[in-house]
Amino acid sequence: MSPTSRGGRRLLTYADGALVLSHRLSEWMSNAPTMEEDIALGNIALDLLGQARGLLQTIGDEDELAYFRDSAEFRNPLLCELPNGDFAHTMVRQLFADAWFAEVWAALAAGETVGADVRGVAEKAVKENAYHWRHSSAWVVRLGDGTDESHRRTQDAVDALWPFRGELASDEWYARVEPVLAEATLSTPGRDAWTQRGSADGWHTEHLGYLLAEMQSLARAHPGATW
Amino acid sequence: MTTQNWPLWEVFLRSRNGLHHQHVGSVHAVDAEMAVANARDVYTRRGEGISIWVVPSASIVASDPGDKDELFEPALDKVYRHPTFYEIPDGVANI
Repeated sequence: MSPTSRGGRRLLTYADGALVLSHRLSEWMSNAPTMEEDIALGNIALDLLGQARGLLQTIGDEDELAYFRDSAEFRNPLLCELPNGDFAHTMVRQLFADAWFAEVWAALAAGETVGADVRGVAEKAVKENAYHWRHSSAWVVRLGDGTDESHRRTQDAVDALWPFRGELASDEWYARVEPVLAEATLSTPGRDAWTQRGSADGWHTEHLGYLLAEMQSLARAHPGATW
Repeated sequence: MTTQNWPLWEVFLRSRNGLHHQHVGSVHAVDAEMAVANARDVYTRRGEGISIWVVPSASIVASDPGDKDELFEPALDKVYRHPTFYEIPDGVANI
């Protein structure tokens, strides 16, 4: 499937979303609040990387796609490229992304419009995503319904990230996310509030360029390098 | 954030059906739910387990290392307690 075909662009949105978010999570390595959480974030990052690779391989050459495209050619939702911020910010971003991926993987796993290779990636990802969701939703509830400081930081994260939900949100997405935010005693500006878009046309935030510069520099300095 | 004040939990894994849970290490966590999650993330990354137990470390009652001699030494010279005089049939695993 070509990356520029309609189906290819749709898969690229999911693959790039997983790839870019994986890289963001990997930035926590050795910096997470606890050692246990450091490993948990690493596990999730690796799951996402595996999902991205699985999809990229169905679209074309995975290294070519991951390392030799520029930001305007990436199709990941803007949310996935946003900086980590504090731990609450990362967990809210993860909650929003996990809710999106839950719908994506379920549809691909059941889909008759995709090949067996894509379905295979999705079937594995459904289980991985279920754990990611459990992890992120548990943390958002703990932090939101925690201390004054953790509540304030988590509410700040929701306020900052809510405007980026538009590329992910469906009725199903809201049905997943809203009850968690409610349990976490967090508020939102609502479904009708303004939202940012752009990734479908290659318009990204300034953050993606820096992320790609770090992620791609080795492959571009040493093309074809192997371990 | 720091785990300094988080309780410690001992982690036991069962690697497959029919075997018993074995102690593999410990994790910090604020409650049981987080302890299971952390144990999963720290100790089952390479397919080591199909079941996890966590127990608050504070709930474990241990023998006193100072009692080592009186507790354990008397067993050392009683070889007849070991089932080493049997041939173990090939079909028996997990002994």
